[in-house]
Amino acid sequence: MSVDANLAATAAQAPADKAGKLKMSGNGVNVFYGDKQALFDVDLNIYKNQVISLIGPSGCGKSTFLRCLNRMNDTIDVCKVTGKIVLDEQDIYDKNIDVVELRARVGMVFQKPNPFPKSIYENVAYGPRIHGMTRSKDELDDLVTSSLRRAGLWEEVKDRLDQPGTGLSGGQQQRLCIARAIATQPEVLLMDEPCSALDPIATAIIEELIDELRANFTIVIVTHSMQQAARVSQKTAFFHLGKLIEEGPTDQIFTNPINKKTQDYITGRIG
Amino acid sequence: MQGWFFVLILVLTAGALFYVGRSRAVSAVGGDSTLLHSKPGFHGAFVMICGIVPAVLVFFTWLLFSRYLTNAFVASQLGADFANLATIEQQALMRNMRSFANRTDLSALGAIEVNAVEAYRSFVANTALALQAVVAVLVIVGSWFAVRAISKDLRARQIVEKTVMVVLIAASGVAILTTLGIVLSLIFESIHFFQKVNFLDFLFGTHWSPQSAFEGVGEEATGRNSEVFGAIPVFAGTLLITAIAILVAAPIGLMSAIYLSDYASPKLRATAKPILEVLAGIPTVVYGFFAALTVAPFFRNTGEAVGISVSSESALAAGLVMGIMIIPFVSSLSDDVINAVPQSLRDGSAGLGATKSETIRRVILPAALPGIVSALMLAISRAIGETMIVVMAAGLSANMTVNPLEAVTTVTVQIVTLLVGDQEFDSAKTLAAFALGLVLFCVTLLLNVIALRVIQKYREQYD
Repeated sequence: MSVDANLAATAAQAPADKAGKLKMSGNGVNVFYGDKQALFDVDLNIYKNQVISLIGPSGCGKSTFLRCLNRMNDTIDVCKVTGKIVLDEQDIYDKNIDVVELRARVGMVFQKPNPFPKSIYENVAYGPRIHGMTRSKDELDDLVTSSLRRAGLWEEVKDRLDQPGTGLSGGQQQRLCIARAIATQPEVLLMDEPCSALDPIATAIIEELIDELRANFTIVIVTHSMQQAARVSQKTAFFHLGKLIEEGPTDQIFTNPINKKTQDYITGRIG
Repeated sequence: MQGWFFVLILVLTAGALFYVGRSRAVSAVGGDSTLLHSKPGFHGAFVMICGIVPAVLVFFTWLLFSRYLTNAFVASQLGADFANLATIEQQALMRNMRSFANRTDLSALGAIEVNAVEAYRSFVANTALALQAVVAVLVIVGSWFAVRAISKDLRARQIVEKTVMVVLIAASGVAILTTLGIVLSLIFESIHFFQKVNFLDFLFGTHWSPQSAFEGVGEEATGRNSEVFGAIPVFAGTLLITAIAILVAAPIGLMSAIYLSDYASPKLRATAKPILEVLAGIPTVVYGFFAALTVAPFFRNTGEAVGISVSSESALAAGLVMGIMIIPFVSSLSDDVINAVPQSLRDGSAGLGATKSETIRRVILPAALPGIVSALMLAISRAIGETMIVVMAAGLSANMTVNPLEAVTTVTVQIVTLLVGDQEFDSAKTLAAFALGLVLFCVTLLLNVIALRVIQKYREQYD
């Protein structure tokens, strides 16, 4: 425990990537599900316009940490979060924070595509509608169109916007969910294993998409595929048994990890 | 007592046949049951089916026809004496014969009746013996052939599976045949009714007063007679009360379902839901006197206080109480349906910054709509068919009104009043009950079809 904590501390002190400004950060984050502690004292910085991937074996707490970043854990009664998570110098667990507004700023894409049982258009227009982001129907149309374009889905669905989103293929559904998330114009996009239910071709499309979206968003992605982490992310954080073991530039984590456990995981010896 | 003995023997025989078949199959392959095409148990079941099923079928066929055969036998024994009697006397003789068959003292009977009883006794004793013999022979022959057929390659599993399928088909056939039978009997009796009363006058007549039908029997019947069977006021009453009940139950039931499924803590839900469902367990007659003794007077007194005249039996009181009665149907079923909407949709909506109520309004309810509609339809069917509350609280007078403060009557109430008491069974008055039942059946059938259509439409759109 103490060794891991020290290592995590060293990792946190590693020089910040100068390319981006600090967007979000977790300080001493602990998460409890009832009596069981799922995250231990996690410190992690997330920089603007970067993709950071969270890797680690199943049950290591990476999804839990991700869900802390937009307070999705609030929906679980027994879940308790301590420590500090900051978005643009604002503590998101502060009493004065409006969770609804936070989630509009920190969007989320889930593991399994979960389009609403509505038309493709209505799926994308959902967020803008509930947040009253547009003044006219034309403006909403434009927003839906541009979101679908940025999600790389426009060409495939432009002739059938009124058909149910649930009728699309798995990969298309996931891109629809990404379009839905970016239509609310979030600042940070959380992705919880977005490709785990998809075939390799759909995965490749989404990975390309993530790289393009980096220009406008800060992206945190949880993934089980180390190749995916290496391909899409600039920074990588390795979690094990609820602790952040090591974080740093993706190149360094995959070629020259400091911690033995990280090395064991990326070479396939634990996990 | 004899019946139980028969069942006991049947079970014992079945068990024995199963055992015989099973061990025969094992010994047929020299003890290594892996060589068999089907597992030994299937061979056992195969022998059991071959032994028992034909015997049981014959037995039940006999039960079905024994009454007619007995009557025919007794009639032939009595010969001309019996044939000379009038039909009613023949029927009375047969009834007396059966009720005196178990008594020793026949002194109260006439000669012909004593003869009949004796013929009956001997016939029953002989046929019982014959039946037992036939059944026993069938069991033995059937199982003997089955045991002979057992070999390594016998496809006993396929035969047993096929038998299971036949049994299942027969089971669903019972439900379908019963429905068919009820519908047919409704139709036949209704045809009798429509021979006496014009179909269109019945369906579109605006005056319902079946009791006065007696005034117009015979020559002077004509116009007035058919006038009194105008069913519109009765159906209007049913519609009015059902509408009130749904107006009460739908919002309350739906809102409590939403609270239970999305807002209440699991602990509260586990307690509150069964308590709500207790409402469905209260006998309707209790609701009835609650409506008649508490709710209706309350409305009347309140109406008096503000200067509105409210009848002491009002559609409002009956509809309100009926609405309360069907709340659990709406809430419990809707709650299940809302719960079945996947959590991923709730998360997806929350992840976009939607509040709980926005999520429910825009995502959960549309997704759950087909189920909610069918819950409402079930509740409506309950309300339309409900009788007791309306008998006690809504009154009997067939007013044609949309004013919920007046007394109205419903189809079910009229059916009850038409059939209660000593009635001739071929008068227009009693036959009207069947016609009402038929129309009511058509209405609920139509509602169900519409509901299914609605569900199908949204299914296609949403999945």
